[in-house]
Amino acid sequence: MDINSLRFTRTHEWVSSEGKVGISDHAQKEITDIVFVELPSVGKELEKGSEAGTIESVKAAFPIYAPVSGTVAEVNQEVANNPAVVNESPYEKGWMYRLEIKDSTQLKDLLTHDQYQEFLKSEVVSH
Amino acid sequence: MQTNTFRRTPLYSWHKNAGAKLVPFAGWEMPVVYTSIMEEHKAVRKGLGLFDVSHMGQIFVEGKNSFKFIQNLITNDLSRCKLKCGIYGHLCNEKGGVIDDIFVYSLGLERYLIIVNAATIQKDFEWMKKNNLCEARLENSSASFGMMALQGPKSEACALQIFKTLPNRHEIQEVMYAGAPLFICRTGYTGEDGFEFVVHESKTVQLWEQILTSGHELGILPCGLGARDTLRLEAGYLLYGQDVDETKSTVESGPSWVVAWQKDFIGKEALLKKKDDKSLNKLFAFRLKERGIPRHSSQVYCNGNLVGRVTSGSFSPSLNIGIALAYVPQNLEGNFEIECGAKRVMAEKVRLPFYKKEQ
Repeated sequence: MDINSLRFTRTHEWVSSEGKVGISDHAQKEITDIVFVELPSVGKELEKGSEAGTIESVKAAFPIYAPVSGTVAEVNQEVANNPAVVNESPYEKGWMYRLEIKDSTQLKDLLTHDQYQEFLKSEVVSH
Repeated sequence: MQTNTFRRTPLYSWHKNAGAKLVPFAGWEMPVVYTSIMEEHKAVRKGLGLFDVSHMGQIFVEGKNSFKFIQNLITNDLSRCKLKCGIYGHLCNEKGGVIDDIFVYSLGLERYLIIVNAATIQKDFEWMKKNNLCEARLENSSASFGMMALQGPKSEACALQIFKTLPNRHEIQEVMYAGAPLFICRTGYTGEDGFEFVVHESKTVQLWEQILTSGHELGILPCGLGARDTLRLEAGYLLYGQDVDETKSTVESGPSWVVAWQKDFIGKEALLKKKDDKSLNKLFAFRLKERGIPRHSSQVYCNGNLVGRVTSGSFSPSLNIGIALAYVPQNLEGNFEIECGAKRVMAEKVRLPFYKKEQ
């Protein structure tokens, strides 16, 4: 997957133009040791920014948010069965679910990979 | 911007260079994980791992009446602690509330080393001074010593490459290392065989690196507090400040063997009353029957009624299931559930430890 075609949220999710959603490499490194992923059910309608599921690591639980509005068209069973793939391959095998995107203009509000990297730097400084 | 006032161990730069994730813990900046909690956890269960625990405190007690002094402070019976051996005990206040959980080592006649928790060093030392009615000499040497724990079934093979002789389980050995005193204690907080090294702060990095070199071919990993927490919880060890503190008594927290009822100590009267009080909640262990991870303060239900909250909860890497400790009413039976995120997950009351190593 071309990382530059992905769009990122400030809550560390990514979404592809086909609507696949996952978490960033930075997020998986921060979370470490993902042991459970609670995915949304197929057919569920999600509003942009609403909670789509939960990622649980050994240490803590992290909510994941819908990057854009849409209907859940598919979930990645491989992630449900073996959550460690999110750590191993956050942008390829570790996608979590696919959204039927309601309004693709919402993608324009999200960050490119370069902008996301800049955002991460500013986040570290503000801490 | 908040000023960084966290203390750093002699190994701080080493951790930083190794890429560890450093977090505040008990007033210290400590490594929580180097690469993966799961890998570090498994290294200790199957092979060996090395933990920086330099934040922990060391208090030496020497001189006439040292035995009497410590015997009056701890719940356990110091007369059971032979020369060059260690014993676990609680320091209780008059109400039976737990001031700290500690390890006392007998170094010689009327000479003891007490290992205390990082967050409670000053509190413990003040408590000891206040109750020192028999002229024992007390010295808080915490700043002079680093400390590391080598844990796992291959620990002995690793340590033997550095030291000719090693202490047996729960024993302590006092040696010189690079011209400075070193205490080797055969104990730990993981449920595995292993050693804790109390080493002069100036030699801490040297010993750390020497152990990692010696353990290299055995597969040693530096391990963070994340793995230390999952390992100790599986082994059923309490974490002071989370599972027990001054609001709870030893009778409520257990373990029951930590109180020697045949001797006197501060807090005994209060504990005797609590011992027969069936209305008190006690710390119990729970193992989930289904997928889910209990977390600190998760609610515990029995037959649909809220009965308590989780003090320590985690995913157990060895058992591949959620585990938890929680204070709930005694003699409670029924269908237990623990809140995990938005749902309640079926749980069963189990005996500690959650995990016992293969013999």
